[in-house]
Amino acid sequence: MADATLTGPAHQAPDAVPEFPMPRQSRCPFDPPPALKELQEQGPLTKVRLWDGSEPWLVTRYAEQRALLGDQRVSADTDQPGYPTKASPEAGEGKLSFIMMDDPEHARLRRMVTGPFAVKKVEALRPAVQRIVDGLIDDMLAGPGPGPVDLVDVFALPIPSLVICELLGVPYEEHEFFQENTKTMVRTTATPEERGAASREVAGYLAGLLGKRIAEPKEDLLSSIAGRITAGELTHQQATEMALLLLIAGHETTANMIALGTLALLQHPDQLALLRETDDPKLVASAVEELLRYLHITHLGRRRAVTEDIEIGGQVIKAGEGVIMVNEIGNRDPEVFADPDRLDITRDARRHVAFGFGVHQCLGQPLARMELQVVYGTLYKRIPTLKLACALEDVRFKTDAFIYGVHELPVSW
Amino acid sequence: MKVELEADKCVASGQCVLAAMDVFDQDDDGIAILLDERPAAEHLDDVKEAIAVCPAAAIRLVDQ
Ligand code: HEM
Repeated sequence: MADATLTGPAHQAPDAVPEFPMPRQSRCPFDPPPALKELQEQGPLTKVRLWDGSEPWLVTRYAEQRALLGDQRVSADTDQPGYPTKASPEAGEGKLSFIMMDDPEHARLRRMVTGPFAVKKVEALRPAVQRIVDGLIDDMLAGPGPGPVDLVDVFALPIPSLVICELLGVPYEEHEFFQENTKTMVRTTATPEERGAASREVAGYLAGLLGKRIAEPKEDLLSSIAGRITAGELTHQQATEMALLLLIAGHETTANMIALGTLALLQHPDQLALLRETDDPKLVASAVEELLRYLHITHLGRRRAVTEDIEIGGQVIKAGEGVIMVNEIGNRDPEVFADPDRLDITRDARRHVAFGFGVHQCLGQPLARMELQVVYGTLYKRIPTLKLACALEDVRFKTDAFIYGVHELPVSW
Repeated sequence: MKVELEADKCVASGQCVLAAMDVFDQDDDGIAILLDERPAAEHLDDVKEAIAVCPAAAIRLVDQ
């Protein structure tokens, strides 16, 4: 056995099973772990060892990731034998509505809430989102001085919160309560008790709101979910889980894309300049796709269990084995994206897998895209001198969370 | 070339509408609908992009 200080995936004997997740390199906070890149070069899939000693397959190449995520023999049900265990010993493992179900039940539930996320319905919300974004920037500029402020707190988190609260019909006055609790729910270092308590708090509140909407429906998504309870299509419990999924899925994700995206642009001034100077909505949309590809914030992989033997990439994945599709490295697959480690907002990045693939592909993606287009198309134009108000080394990255990003982003202008 | 859409496979991601707005739309539940079964040649690249990004493999181009 080699010296303990040398044992990392890069130094292991070729037959040793690497551990997952791997440490990120502090050198570039936007790049996936170098060891992951090495595995991708070696082949499309390989076994890895998780903290609990289990050894699922890690799928590192784009083509195989998409094939498996689109395969009906691959299950998102955490109760299936072989489902790769939670990300860390501390992390909880609650079930969260249809994101952890298979078809046909997954499809039945998902289709109950897809309507409001259709591209054109989301497009109709753009002016309202533009007003929210402009209002928050007005507040920043009206503050006592040119910063520093924490962009996460005053800008990145309020935007998705305001938007999803509006869509669901949850009073925004409760946002601190949600933001605190959702932060706890996605922090892998929170204890299972903390995570469970946070989730129960929000669920209890949503269950109450659903009850109110049964009695007195309004024009919002909660009322439409409540209608399914009345119609006997969902139990109150199922409806609450669904509302909880919708409330939390878009919070941390979009917020981290705003804050981490801004940091990435500040570190790539040429790209930031392109965005600041353009009036072309196509270039802004292209920047959103490229930042989704490049940053890939859902960095711990799409986890699944295989229910029948599958032959793929020169291997056989046996029924009852787990698979982890690390889309962050799929998005850096040189077979699909030339010069993949370069951030280039002019490239066509639309085929990225930052929203996953297959039947579970992100339901909120049209909404997330529109919010990010408004943000990236507005913030740097309105505050052209925006800059990081601390050293890059002092930014705290969310290596400990399911969703990658920054804990806070001090900026000034 | 004819476009075929299997609506029962659709997961309402909206990807086809973003890729080929002239050929695809969504109904009230977000499920994809085909606006134009035989799109003009100028839209074919967009349709191919829609096929490539559809997460549910619900779209096909057939030779007929
Ligand atoms: C940039 C922001 C976002 C990113 C990067 C993102 C990413 C993802 C990913 C990777 C998945 C697939 C999970 C899997 O396959 O296991 C997913 C699913 C999902 N997302 Fe998002 N998401 C974002 C924003 C949103 C928003 C704004 C909503 C709004 C409610 C949302 C709601 C959902 C839901 C409900 C699912 C589950 C879909 C299913 O299982 O059928 N997401 N998201």
